[in-house]
Amino acid sequence: MRIPPKITQVIAVAILGTATFLTVVILVFIIGFVLSKGLPGVNAEFLLSAPKDMGRAGGIFTTLVGTVLLPLVAVAIAFPLGVGTAVYLSEYTRETQLTRALRFGTDCLAGIPSIIFGLFGFIFFVVMLKMGWSLLSGGLTLAIMVLPTIIRTSEEAIRSVPNSYREVSFSLGATRWETVLKVVLPNALPGIVTGVMLAIGRSIGETAAVIFTAGSSLRMPSSVFDSVRTMSVHFYILATEGISDEKAYATAAVLILSVLLVNLAAYGMMHRFISRRAR
Amino acid sequence: MKFNGEKIAKYSLMLVAFSALASLLLIAVFILKEGVPFMFKVGLKDFLFSSDWNPQAGKFGIYPMIVASLYVTFGAMLIGAPLGVAGAIFLNEFVPKSVMRVIKPTIELLAGIPSVVFGFLGVMVLAPMIRSYMGGPGLSVLAAAIILGIMVLPTVISISTDAIAAVPNSYREGALALGATRWQSVHMVIIKAARSGIIASIILAMGRALGETMAVIMVAGNTVKIPQTVTDPVRTLTANIALEMANATGLAREALFATGVVLFVVIMILNAIALSAIKSRVRKK
Amino acid sequence: MRNNIQAICLVAGLGALTLLAGCGKSREGITMAGSTAFQPFAEKLAENYMMSHAEVSVTVQGGGSALGVQTTLSGTAQIGMADLVKLPKEADALKSLIVARDGIAIVVNPANSVEALTQDQIRDIFNGKISNWKEVGGVDHSISVVSREAGSGTRSSFEQIVGNVNLTDNALIQNANGTVRETVAKDANAIGYVSHGLISERIKALKVDGAPCTEDAIMSGTYKLVRPIFLLTKADATPACNAFLDYVMSAEGQELIHKNGLIRAK
Repeated sequence: MRIPPKITQVIAVAILGTATFLTVVILVFIIGFVLSKGLPGVNAEFLLSAPKDMGRAGGIFTTLVGTVLLPLVAVAIAFPLGVGTAVYLSEYTRETQLTRALRFGTDCLAGIPSIIFGLFGFIFFVVMLKMGWSLLSGGLTLAIMVLPTIIRTSEEAIRSVPNSYREVSFSLGATRWETVLKVVLPNALPGIVTGVMLAIGRSIGETAAVIFTAGSSLRMPSSVFDSVRTMSVHFYILATEGISDEKAYATAAVLILSVLLVNLAAYGMMHRFISRRAR
Repeated sequence: MKFNGEKIAKYSLMLVAFSALASLLLIAVFILKEGVPFMFKVGLKDFLFSSDWNPQAGKFGIYPMIVASLYVTFGAMLIGAPLGVAGAIFLNEFVPKSVMRVIKPTIELLAGIPSVVFGFLGVMVLAPMIRSYMGGPGLSVLAAAIILGIMVLPTVISISTDAIAAVPNSYREGALALGATRWQSVHMVIIKAARSGIIASIILAMGRALGETMAVIMVAGNTVKIPQTVTDPVRTLTANIALEMANATGLAREALFATGVVLFVVIMILNAIALSAIKSRVRKK
Repeated sequence: MRNNIQAICLVAGLGALTLLAGCGKSREGITMAGSTAFQPFAEKLAENYMMSHAEVSVTVQGGGSALGVQTTLSGTAQIGMADLVKLPKEADALKSLIVARDGIAIVVNPANSVEALTQDQIRDIFNGKISNWKEVGGVDHSISVVSREAGSGTRSSFEQIVGNVNLTDNALIQNANGTVRETVAKDANAIGYVSHGLISERIKALKVDGAPCTEDAIMSGTYKLVRPIFLLTKADATPACNAFLDYVMSAEGQELIHKNGLIRAK
């Protein structure tokens, strides 16, 4: 018997709707569960005081600092390298087998599990180069991890700038570099910033690679050679060493809120750049 | 002077590009240099197909871990792919824009949550549930598959959404003009048009699931044994690297890099498939 | 827009410079790495020591006893922490100092009716020879064995003291004391081992060969599952390093260790 299309539609929508509802419920449950267990422990004191007693007491201030500094170092290294590479690949070279192979290579590197970066970073930066557990070791490792992403998104952003912009610039007598600096990059900025935001987001959530390279020191870092603990690492240690479930949930709540903040900032920046361009 | 500035710009950019690529090459070479010789030392067949993992005794069979990684990833996709694609279709085609504006950021929020939080929730909430309702220790293939499935949902949903949204409206209008219902236009036209993007999202999610370490260590049980049921504990390739890392020197450490090479090869293959799927989409346009 | 980009670059550059400016370390840095069981205590000792010695900066990392030995040998860490019964061969090149002792508690779920086991029974359980609780006086259910990862000092010590432990293939492996405790607390049929300082009301410590896992029993020697905590240094350790080690062995340091749940060295 052939079922009339209107009925298959109802059935299909019901199934899809249930699936979506289930997804949303799961996601909301996770966020809600962590926030409900964690938010009560989050207050100004928690955010601003240093961890005491391995994290059983006190707050998470030093880990907040670590969570801000580590991605900063990583992006400070990866941003110029990545955008520069993207500019060079799209503006100064022609599309050859080599560039295609390079692009495929960077895509693959983007897929390598982070634990392997951690292993590499530990052996190469921490031990071989004698940098020890430090912001620098962690930052370099994270930079290599996010470099493919930044190159990829920057390249896409640069390529999406219409060629007409470049041609107009050339016809006005500008050199290639001037064109890149004054025309292409400003127009590609939203896409580039998205890539950087993705990189920052990934660095904040990274645990495996960070523990083995940046270490897990609870001290305030005084230089780039000091070890730091990020909130993700702190949460992991609190949870798995059975130190304090309460503080663990509170740290997780702060983590979720930070991700929310970073996402909102990214959206805000995107809208601002888009509306600016529209002017 | 302008001429000079131009040359400086070009050569400094070239330098930058080569440094970046050099650093990426560095890590690739490092991993291969440590891992590949090991595979010949121990023998590829013994490495990949032996179930005897005992680094202290010089035994490096990672077969149980390969099976575990495959089961867990496959399980994760069984959960994440249908839910994700269904969600993407539903949100794009059957839901008003206002609802989308709320749901999309929520999903992206989830994409940013660290994996260790998921792992912890798995230990505190999911594993005990599995243990009481299905037996076994709770820490199992099932627990890992569910947690990973949830973790890759945002990836599948957002990339599939992009693919579906990229289908030109003319396709939808054309189908509706021919008298199709909404659902008919979706499954006969739009999904087919967005197919390569959807497949790409699933394959990318698979790569992520394969590479996940922290969450899996917390919920999978880490037993070196080929699982017989979904409630059996397992150890994935990534968990093995993390667990053995601190104790591994010499040959054992090379074994971990070799495991990394295996993962690298598998993910490279997956990426190649995804890339060709996307390429075919671009060509179709 | 161009000015904005220039401004951002300038700020980023300045930021990078200030970070690197901390290059010349004005304080002597001591890095401790290794045993996660001793890590909390090392942190406390470091915290206290630095209050009266501001010229030294002691940072504590984890990673497990095996990593502690390794990184001290390679110079990445100045002091290695290892909670092993017997140090591995590689550590012969290092100077070792026993700074504390820690009992290893065999723990089960509070709902488990079993109260005591002999070392032979423990060995057989972890070897997989005894696989059902009813064989040792409990309910008729399979035993869930929980162990630590390969590089754990707690695991090495446990296996060395009990002896002849060939961990069963069916054992669950967790990579931290806390997750072992969590697993045992939630699984009525689990058995595992943790540092005795981690015993809480959520798990039950068994009597081993009749002796309870209490501080008295450990000090008097009746409880046999005890391991020393070693601090390892290279033979040419700096004076600052040695000064810190002296502090750990001093009455104040030992009292701090004892107050927080570990056993003194002597």
